[in-house]
Order: sequence, then C-alpha cells, then structure tokens
Amino acid sequence: MNDLTPNNEAELVSAVQQALSDATPLLVQGNGSRSGLGRTVQSAKTLSTSNLSGITLLEPAEMVFSAKAGTPVSVVKAALAEHGQAMTFEPMDHRQLYGTDSEPTIGAVAAGNISGPRRILAGAARDSLIGVRLVNGKGELIKNGGRVMKNVTGLDLVKLMSGSWGTLGVLSEVTFKVLPKPVHSATLQFSNLADDKAVAALCTAMKSQFEASGTAHLPAGIGGEKAKTLIRLEGFDSQLRYRLDQMTKHLSEFGKAEEIAEAESEILWNSIRDCGPLAEPSGHAIWKISVAPTKGAAFMARFTSKHAAKHYFDWSGGLIWLAIDPEQYADVGDAALRELLAEFGGHATLMRGPLELRSRIDVFHPQSAPVMRITAEIKNTFDPKNIFNPGFMYSGI
Amino acid sequence: MGTIAIPEPDMGILARRQEIIQNLRKLVPGEGVISDATELVPYETDAFTAYRRVPLAVVLPETTEQVSAVLKYCNKAGLPVIPRGAGTSLAGGAIPQEDAVVIGIAKMSRVLDVDYSNRSARVQAGITNLNVSDHVGPDGFFYAPDPSSQLACTIAGNIGMNSGGAHCLKYGVTTNNLLGVKMVMLDGTVLDVGGEHLDAPGYDLLGLVCGSEGQIGIITEAVVRILPKPEGAQPVLFGFETAESAGACVASIIAAGLVPVAMEFMDKLAIEICEAFAKAGYPMDVEALLIIEVEGSDAEMREQLGKIIEIAKQHGVKTIKESQSAMEAAAIWKGRKSAFGATGRVADYICMDGTIPTGQLPHVLARMTEIIDHYGLRVANVFHAGDGNLHPLILYDVNDPAERQKAEDAGNDILTLCVEVGGCLTGEHGVGIEKRDLMRVQFTEEDLRQQMLVRAVFDPAWQLNPAKVFPLDGRNSGQAA
Repeated sequence: MNDLTPNNEAELVSAVQQALSDATPLLVQGNGSRSGLGRTVQSAKTLSTSNLSGITLLEPAEMVFSAKAGTPVSVVKAALAEHGQAMTFEPMDHRQLYGTDSEPTIGAVAAGNISGPRRILAGAARDSLIGVRLVNGKGELIKNGGRVMKNVTGLDLVKLMSGSWGTLGVLSEVTFKVLPKPVHSATLQFSNLADDKAVAALCTAMKSQFEASGTAHLPAGIGGEKAKTLIRLEGFDSQLRYRLDQMTKHLSEFGKAEEIAEAESEILWNSIRDCGPLAEPSGHAIWKISVAPTKGAAFMARFTSKHAAKHYFDWSGGLIWLAIDPEQYADVGDAALRELLAEFGGHATLMRGPLELRSRIDVFHPQSAPVMRITAEIKNTFDPKNIFNPGFMYSGI
Repeated sequence: MGTIAIPEPDMGILARRQEIIQNLRKLVPGEGVISDATELVPYETDAFTAYRRVPLAVVLPETTEQVSAVLKYCNKAGLPVIPRGAGTSLAGGAIPQEDAVVIGIAKMSRVLDVDYSNRSARVQAGITNLNVSDHVGPDGFFYAPDPSSQLACTIAGNIGMNSGGAHCLKYGVTTNNLLGVKMVMLDGTVLDVGGEHLDAPGYDLLGLVCGSEGQIGIITEAVVRILPKPEGAQPVLFGFETAESAGACVASIIAAGLVPVAMEFMDKLAIEICEAFAKAGYPMDVEALLIIEVEGSDAEMREQLGKIIEIAKQHGVKTIKESQSAMEAAAIWKGRKSAFGATGRVADYICMDGTIPTGQLPHVLARMTEIIDHYGLRVANVFHAGDGNLHPLILYDVNDPAERQKAEDAGNDILTLCVEVGGCLTGEHGVGIEKRDLMRVQFTEEDLRQQMLVRAVFDPAWQLNPAKVFPLDGRNSGQAA
C-alpha cells in the first residue's frame, strides 16, 4: 500500500480527484496515532495530511488560531502557551490507548471531535472549532465557518465535519477559538466514596459557581487502592485559594477533602484524559459511554450487576470509560450496553478492540432508521463515490 | 420597495386556498388555524419590517403531533412552509410569502423538566428566551445566550438563527448551550437529536440544525444547558475620546489574558439615543463607550477590574463609572439592550450584523464612516466588541424610496467590507432574506452547492422557508448530487 502525502491544498485536491477517477477507496488520516479506532476500512491507499503542516494564523488578541490539518497538536499547544493561551477542551491523546507513537494532529482533533476532562465546563472540540477548509469526495475545495467566533452565515458544516472522522471530507485547515490558560490549578480529592455518592458529589460541584474544570471518579482499584473522587479548580492565586475553600465547604457533606497541588494534579488529569487508568492490559476492549451525568452511577450499577468490568467516570459522571476482557465476553458487552442505553439514553463507542471484533459489532452507536437514512444521504452529498474511509463509522459510511 | 426579491405566489396554490384551510382545520382544531384577512396581518413580516407578505394561512399547533400532521399535509400538498417563533428576526427569517402556510410554535411554551444536578432544562421550543432564565432564576440558575430581543424571542427561533447576545465572549452562542432537540421533518417524521447526555454518536445533526434558519425542520422541544449564576456581576462604563482608543483598549484587555464576560461598544449617536430612552447614566461627553462586565466573587471582580482599569488608562480612558447598585447595573444593560428599540423611536433603521476580526476594528470603523458619508446617511454603532460582532444601525426614512435604497446599498457595502477583512456577513441575526443575495461575497459556488445539497437531504423540493439564505438563482445545483 503506498501512501499519499500531499504537500499543499492543490496537491490534496489532485490526489482526491485521482482517487475519484480510479475509484480508489482511501484511508484518510493524520499521522495515524488513533489508528486503533473505527470499523475495518477496505481501502487501497492511505491519504495522510502529515505534510500539510504549520500554523497559518495566530492572533492572541483575537483568541484564535488556524493551522493546516497535519500540524502536530504539540506544536499548536506550544505556540499558544507562548501567549498564555490554550485550547479550552483539553484534547485527549490516544497514544497510550493504542500503543502508537506518532504525533497526534490538529486535523484529527477536529475530525474526531476530540475533547478531554474540561469538556464538562468548556464544551467539546466542536464548540471551539469555528472554521474548516476541506476537500470533499468530488475533489472540490470547500470552506465553511471562518476565523471569527460569531458567525451564522449559511449552514454550519463545521459542526458536521467535527465527529465525521474523515468520512465526509479531508480537512486541509482548521480554525479554533482559544482562551487564556488558567494561571493555576489544583484538585480536591474525596476518598472512599461509592459510585453513587461520588457522582452526586461531582454533580453538586458542577452546580456551584466555582467553575470546576474537571470532575472525575476513580473507583477503588482503578489508579490506586482507594476510591478517589476528584474535582479540579482553576484561577489566579487568590481566586484559586478562594474557590478551593468555597468548594470544600460546598461539598462538606461528602467528607473531608485533601488538596492535590498543581504538579501532581496535572499528571493525574492527563491520565484521566488519556484513559490511562484502563490502558493496561492492552488486550482489553475499551468503551466510551456518554449518558446524562446524573445517570452515570445507576447505569454502571446495572451493567456491573451482570458483567465483570472495570470503569471510571469523567464529565461529572456523564462519561464512563469501561474496560472488558474479550476472553470473558465474546461481544465485549455490546448487546447489554446497547440495551441499557436504549433505556437510559445516551451512546457508546467501542474505542479499542481486536480488529476482528470491530468488523463484527457496531463501533459507533447504532442510530434510529430515520437518522441512519439522513446520515447516509449526507455522506452521499459529500462523498458520492464513497472513497473516504468507506465503512469506518457504519456499514457504507 | 426595496430590491430583495420574494418569489411570486403559485396561483394554483392560491386557487386552492379554501380547501387548504379546511384541511388544516381538520388537523389543528379551533383557533389554531388563522385565515381571516385582518388576523393574518400581524404575520406579514417580522422585525425586518421593510418587507411584507400576507401568508395564505397561519397554523398555531399545540403539540408535536400536530406539527407533524401539518407538515406531512403541507409536504403532500406541495405548499411552502414558513416556521415562526416570535417573529423577531432582524434578517427577515420569518417573513412569509402569499402562497405559504406559517407554522408558529408560540403556543408550545411550557417548561417540561428541569434537572439542576445535570444543569439541563427540557422546554417546549415556543418558550421565550427570558422565560427559561426566569423559570430557573429563583433556584440560582440562568440560560446564557441573551439576545436583545430575549423578552419576546423563542428558543426555537434562537436555535434557528443560532442566536448570540452580549455575553457570548464567556458563554458562547446557542449551539454551545444546546444539548438536544425534538425536530419534525417535512415528511412528518419526528426526530430526537441529542438529549441530556453530551456529544453526538454519529454526525453532529444538532450542530447542523442550529442556525439552519427553519430550512431543515421545525423544532418543538429543546434540552438546553442551564448554568449556576455567578456570585456577582458588575458592569462598568469606560468613556473614550475616540472610537479607535476604545477599540485598542478591547484588544489589549484580551491580549492581557483577561476575558470579561461582556465587552460592549457604543458610539456617540448610540449613547445619545440609548441614554434618552433608558436614563442609564451613560457619559455624554465621550465619542465612544465600552460597557465591560466582570463576574465572580467580590475579590475576583475587584482583581479583574483593577487590571482592566489599568489597561484602560493606558489607552487614555476619559471616564470610568462603576455601577454602585443592582439597579444601576440593570439600567446600564437596559440602555444597551434597548438600543434597537430606542433607535426605532428616532428613525427607521436597518441593523447590520457583520463580524470582523477584532484587530480590524479601527480600520473598519474608519471605512464605515466613509461609506455612510458617501451615501449621506447617519449611523449609530453598537456592537459586541470582544467578539467583533458589529451592529451598525443605518438610519433612514422608510417613506423615502431613494433613501431606503441608499440605506440598503450602504449596508451591502459594509457587509462586503466585513468579509473582505476576514469576517462574515452575519454573526448572530442570520441570513434570512436580508443577506441572501450577498452570500456569493462570502462563499464560492462550490461552498454554496455543498450547503444546498445537505439542505436538500431534508427538503429536496425547497418547501421549508424557501426564499431564505441561498440566492434564488443557481438553486438547481442544490437539487441533485
């Protein structure tokens, strides 16, 4: 398999037009750091945006940057940090999960709507993504959105691209709004809470005015012996002190809180962001489940009453990371999870699993018949010959 | 008359008027169908009042099932459908046409469920924006997007236009505060998109619906994010001797890593008009005014404000006035939020809504003055300075056709300028009919065709709000893939 690595937008357009005329299905990716995700793609060539690299616009006074899709996330973060700014949604790094070592790209962050713990406070990647340039499956260069944060001109295809995982078009350039990076952060830790109490504590924290920027719960045995309920707060010096004190009072019914200082807190939240606590053993399947935060504990209680699994909560209980041994459950809990989600509301994505499994069960959450019809028709408007990541998300899509 | 075309009515549909009304009455009983000529008049326009068309009929359903039945009927009967919230669109988004059925959802205005622990509220989409905040206010919560028309405008309309407001700098716009919708498609299918949980399982249809200007379905319910109110909030007035120094001050504040919850700009004419109306205590001896709001605990606000004042002094601020009471704070915002209404008492106006990169502010202000002078008109400027969303109000006399044409031309020139400097035609009001014919200034034919193709997935025959958003010519390209 030979790779296509266009060096600029014009070459990207040509590469897609060539693939279109040859009817060559393409595996679309950045550097492939997330290559363990998705259904099996029947592709003949890989189209990588790795050579479309570089920041094209950096305007700290407008809180915005644009970068070519293959720009490493680390390059973007460093450039923003020089101006004391950051992407608010704290994008996850999947390398630990997939055992890959290539640099994650900013284009994939946009295409996969990839967020982290701060998503519960600051919104998802798609909320910060304000502009895209892409080549659709007809070889047309399309732009949508722009570089200004308020823009309702025309249909919002920016959102549509975010979370479409390269099935609609190949992003060539993306524009995100950013915010000043919080000056300091620290974490409050409550110990030994059961899941239901812990999620109640996290939701109580989110209901307060003190802007918790991370609310997670690691049950006993996950990343340590005792259960840890974690609430991250941010601010400038006096503001952070005030928020820590106020939040401690606000949550007094849940016990005494310990404070975890900045350096240790950062390591902890990076691990929570990257699914570190469940990354090993690498043979275990990993699910990412989204439910209403208030329902997180009840959902897990129902699932674990019949299945052996390891889990932890982020997003105030609304994000459940779940690890299951494929040796123990041939469908890694697929049928049971989908059935429970039909009752609870929400969705589940199989983030990691053997290739054989990912061609057998739904990786992305199955949708209702009308939504699947709309999904297929939208795909058809962008990529009528189905040359981009065919079958990556759903059969034929 | 202005120059924006509205399609001529289909005479075949007009001839079937009685039959259509009878059929609609079978679907929505009693007063839910309006067909009397006098009673139809209030629906002939929205807040873009220069254009008017009395619709064929207005239907005011009370349930999602009724909306579904009416849409299904209109689809089969080949009727144009105009979705309507409260009719506050400044872009003509809710202006009907003579052969169209207006479906208004204002009767569907109940709060269905509030879950504070989940920071979410499920509401019927005809509820007004302010009623959502008022409903959860006593429990210490609010709904963040706050368009100036929030007293009247509906959540459905906010979703249709992806409305913003004065506090977007911190809280984002509607699309960032929406968790789910119940949407009825043209064929009557009811879709639940999103819900109390986060993020979409497949393509982000919620993101697509938001800002689609009533062209892909009718929203009957919404799950919105509600947020705990900050401990305190304080708006402060900063008066400057030039618009440029006010603009430069805004840029410096952001560059210093400060993000006030709102930064609003008003020029001299806007200050005069708003002060006369609201008695907000605005300084009258300055050329430009910034309303900067900080929030948090007392100590947090003091610290932020201290830094902002320091920066403002570096930019030669002439007057600083801190609000001393909740009443004063309310008056400051009342003045700003009534800018459009207060201007309407002085003259007719059209309100522009372009957004520009904030670094371009001094250049754009200077060019706008030239444009307005060229046409011999007057302009009052109010805008969301932090995010570059401009609202020049171009004053004119609606009874003077020549002047009205000049106002439209000047508006088009200003919006073209916004796009030229890297911005866009509309930041929060939507395209509607007002900016429809300017879409090619911002987009290529390929850009527009891709949007129209996606639109056609939901409405292949252009029945939903058909005269809006996309230029009337060249639409065939939006029909087939």
